[in-house]
Amino acid sequence: MTGLIAVLCIVLITLVVVQIGKVTELATKIRGEQDAQEEANNWSANFFLAFLFIFLFACIASAVYYKNDMLGYGPHIAASEHGPTLDYLFNLTLFFTGIVFIITHIFLFWFSYKYRGRRDRKALFFPHDNKLEVIWTAVPAIVMTLLVVGGLDAWNEVMADVGPDEEHIEIEATGVQFAWTMRYPGPDGALGTKYFKNITPINALGLDFNDEKCLDDIISSAAGEVIKLPVGKKVRVRITARDVLHNFDIPHFRVKMDAIPGLPTYFVFTPSITTEEYRDRLGSLKNDGTPMYPEWHEPYDPEDPESKKRYEEFYFELACAELCGKGHYSMRRIIDVVSEEEWKEWMDDQKSFYMTSIRGTDEDPHKGKLLDIEIKERRMDFNTKVEKALAATELTEKIIRLDHVNFETGSARLTALSRYELNNLFDFLNKNQNVTVELAGHTDNVGEPEANIILSDDRANAVYDYLLNKGVAADRMTVVGYGDTQPIESNDTAEGRQQNRRTEFKILTQ
Amino acid sequence: MASDLVTTTYDPDLLIEEQGYDDHFHDHHHGDKYQSNFITHYVFSQDHKIIAKQFLITGIFWAIIGAGMSIIFRLQLGFPEESLAWIKPLLGKWITVNEAGIGTLDPQFYYALVTMHGTILVFFVLTAGLSGTFSNLLIPLQVGARDMASPLLNMMSYWFFFLAGVVMFASLFLSTGPFSGGWTAYPPLSVLPQASSGSAAGMTLWTVSLVLFVVSVLLGGINYITTVLNLRTKGMTMWRMPLTIWAFFITAIIGLLSFPVLASAFFLVIFDRELGTSFFLSDIYIGGEALDRVGGSPVLFQHLFWFLGHPEVYIIILPAMGLVSEVLSVHARKPIFGYKAMVYSILAIAFLSFIVWAHHMFMAGVNPFISNIFVIFTLIIAVPSAVKVFNWITTLYGGNIRFNSAMLFAIGFVSMFISGGLTGIFLGNSAIDIQMHDTYFVVAHFHIVMGIAAFFGMFAGIYNWFPKMYGRFMNETLGKIHFWGTFIGAYLIFWPMHYLGMAGVPRRYYSFETFDAFAHFDGTNKFITIAAIVVFALQLLFVVNFFYSIWKGKRMTTRNPWGATTLEWTTPIDTGHGNWPGKIPVVHRWAYDYGKDGREFIPQILPVSEDESESH
Repeated sequence: MTGLIAVLCIVLITLVVVQIGKVTELATKIRGEQDAQEEANNWSANFFLAFLFIFLFACIASAVYYKNDMLGYGPHIAASEHGPTLDYLFNLTLFFTGIVFIITHIFLFWFSYKYRGRRDRKALFFPHDNKLEVIWTAVPAIVMTLLVVGGLDAWNEVMADVGPDEEHIEIEATGVQFAWTMRYPGPDGALGTKYFKNITPINALGLDFNDEKCLDDIISSAAGEVIKLPVGKKVRVRITARDVLHNFDIPHFRVKMDAIPGLPTYFVFTPSITTEEYRDRLGSLKNDGTPMYPEWHEPYDPEDPESKKRYEEFYFELACAELCGKGHYSMRRIIDVVSEEEWKEWMDDQKSFYMTSIRGTDEDPHKGKLLDIEIKERRMDFNTKVEKALAATELTEKIIRLDHVNFETGSARLTALSRYELNNLFDFLNKNQNVTVELAGHTDNVGEPEANIILSDDRANAVYDYLLNKGVAADRMTVVGYGDTQPIESNDTAEGRQQNRRTEFKILTQ
Repeated sequence: MASDLVTTTYDPDLLIEEQGYDDHFHDHHHGDKYQSNFITHYVFSQDHKIIAKQFLITGIFWAIIGAGMSIIFRLQLGFPEESLAWIKPLLGKWITVNEAGIGTLDPQFYYALVTMHGTILVFFVLTAGLSGTFSNLLIPLQVGARDMASPLLNMMSYWFFFLAGVVMFASLFLSTGPFSGGWTAYPPLSVLPQASSGSAAGMTLWTVSLVLFVVSVLLGGINYITTVLNLRTKGMTMWRMPLTIWAFFITAIIGLLSFPVLASAFFLVIFDRELGTSFFLSDIYIGGEALDRVGGSPVLFQHLFWFLGHPEVYIIILPAMGLVSEVLSVHARKPIFGYKAMVYSILAIAFLSFIVWAHHMFMAGVNPFISNIFVIFTLIIAVPSAVKVFNWITTLYGGNIRFNSAMLFAIGFVSMFISGGLTGIFLGNSAIDIQMHDTYFVVAHFHIVMGIAAFFGMFAGIYNWFPKMYGRFMNETLGKIHFWGTFIGAYLIFWPMHYLGMAGVPRRYYSFETFDAFAHFDGTNKFITIAAIVVFALQLLFVVNFFYSIWKGKRMTTRNPWGATTLEWTTPIDTGHGNWPGKIPVVHRWAYDYGKDGREFIPQILPVSEDESESH
């Protein structure tokens, strides 16, 4: 029914319009062609003159209306160190083009008004003027040169990569349909390599865990997670894509670069203002106490007048600016620029992706063995302990617990990872040929005391056998199974019992 | 007109009979067996004038569809909360109606609409509909030829375009939807059906359609070039050609050099899609698997695409510039100012158009150093463009301007070209482009400078040469309503978009609600949508005027109603196949002798008299 009415309306309007046309055509015929044309000329000329004023006024009025969205003005200042340069260039270009825009429009519409056709007017025969033409070729050429030089100067500075020794933080952004995945280097300060064929549902970036640098990398992929950046530090973003083109776009930083599968790109920038400071700017008040930018004082949630104000909820936003499919418009991440100290604290709290999601799973290439870094750490630990023990005079201080020597439950079979600690012990004994030791096994108090004695004895013997196999002389080692007779913690708690199940060695002579 | 102005009196038939060149036309074409029945006259016609009308009416058909699509996606952007359930009968499953009866546009189809809007407008309307129409209509008529060099190829050019249209139209009805990866069709999105359902059968039909379209452009272009070079009548030297012909001629050359590159890019896309090659693919993990397609580069496609894509904007705007130059001169009753400078500007723009393509790719991951060169060449284009603008304005100076719809649109064109051209200076400067790239600032820029401006050139052409096409005038009152509404409306649509761009609002967003920085333009977006609907309605008014005037418009009573100097107005009102019934006219002067020596205008066919001042 509505469709029918719509069609009827269209038909009616068409008829009316055609009738208007017909009537005016008849009127023209009655009045005579020339009179009608002259009248039309007057109408159009006046319209153009009126349009000139209204148009130029509207252009300026619109700039006033949208002033808070203008680059480098009011609340829309750049939040990166290179940003103001670009804003300045924009405004410089706006200045020059604005002059041209106004002058040409004044001439265009003024001439249209002034030289409207009249019966008594004679058109000027003015086919060319070389001097004029040279002038208006030269002037744009000079202005263009100015803008090109300024533009390229800024461009080459902004787009330059970091120098080989330049201090900076490198992070990585990967565009996927339809989200951004961020990766930060861990304590080593370097991002590890990745390869798209390594990608699995868990390892969504395809990190190569054989590359040590990957092991401490931190990944943040949830849309709600804040991306923290330190103020005043140079950031180099490595920009990659997993499936189709994306574009890493942070309008407030004046940062934009395509993300391309198979072709990593980068953008280097330095955040220059913290989120907190930016919020303060947005929420600032005039001298008379009224808000400088009232639109930022509106409630963040329009439905809930009690909610925080917009400026209080402000974050910098990361968007996608290259069409990547139907969810293109939704790839939002929020960015929080904080002080360097706060950023470091935050980074310390972040967990390595490898350790939280990969370590020990089937995808872990290091499953069943220690990482080099862990081996090194344990060795250092062990060495400090024995040095302390060697220096000690009290017998009780010459006992060293082998924290990383473990047995399978209820048996005396060493776990695979125990060998690292035992190797440390072997190296120690090898280096200090005068040392003799007592190898001791301990259990908790669960089960029969006799059985515990046997188990602890078997376990101490397993250590003994391992060292013997490695070539330690048998007379340098004695073996004792203490069972549950020497607890170091209470056996009433699980933690205590855990502590009591242990393997130790005591330096007897040195 | 004026009492002291000599209105030249001449009888073109007599003049051509006396002075004209006898090419024995009648010996060959007696009875005109090629145009004898309805099919050969109106459908498979080889007459350039009929083919021009075919291009124009097909262009109008596509313009309505393409602009209609923009209204639908503007409704989504301006009124995201409103129900679109009423449009479900048209769009079917692409409108999802929830339990409350609120219909929302599917994002997938939103992107399909955006893509189709761009493709249709750029290729089918502003290339075929504009250049196709007026190159066909005016080249033979204005250079004094009986027809195109090859009427058969000319006919085939239209029918390849028609076929391209049929394929594209069919793609609108696919269950997976039409192609939705943007008119630029960047891979990998356009190559991988896993990435977007529009990249399935929709993209196949899209590429097939556009390859057919390239064939059409090339057949037409070869013809235009050959005709201009070889079929100019006696006396019509290159420097006497009207600027329209210069524009069509150079446009055809640009098209001939650049469209094959686009075709090659499309062939490589087809290979990547259908044969498993990897020209544009590398290191991709999608749909749960890592593809075995490595070694290609998505950026390579962008180079190939923009090697056409940038010249393409001049393929669109140069014919409009030519039409506007001619219309401004005729209706200001003055010679175009700086004719030679105008020609050299066209040549300079055409040359530069081939070495600026990467300014679309400043942020695409190409080496920043390369951008330096493209910035320089891009901003140099501003110089010939500025020369053209100043010359148009000076053409008005001291004129005796006859304001009719054609002239209004020509002046409107100059305004649009200034407004849109100046924003190009921002975008061509790579440093500023960092912030502006792919934002609404770009949308505003290219819509004004090559969308609206090109349309204005086309409208100026249609209103001006409608009498030549149909022997009747279009209605002036409706034409003026059409102009003022569109002129003001177009600014209302696109001006605010500059501010969205400054705020960094990216283009091709289905919704702005996700981002705090983009969400506060809801009022502006509503405003833009309302303006777009009004402007769209005004274009329907133009269509009504157009078809009404074909049959019911005011009849043409004299053969040269505008007092123009060019040859098309020396043909009979009802111009037959072969254009001139007897001999073909011989040309004695350039096309711009208006107001010279106190004479209102001197047609090109009039010999130079002894007492005349310097002539061209």
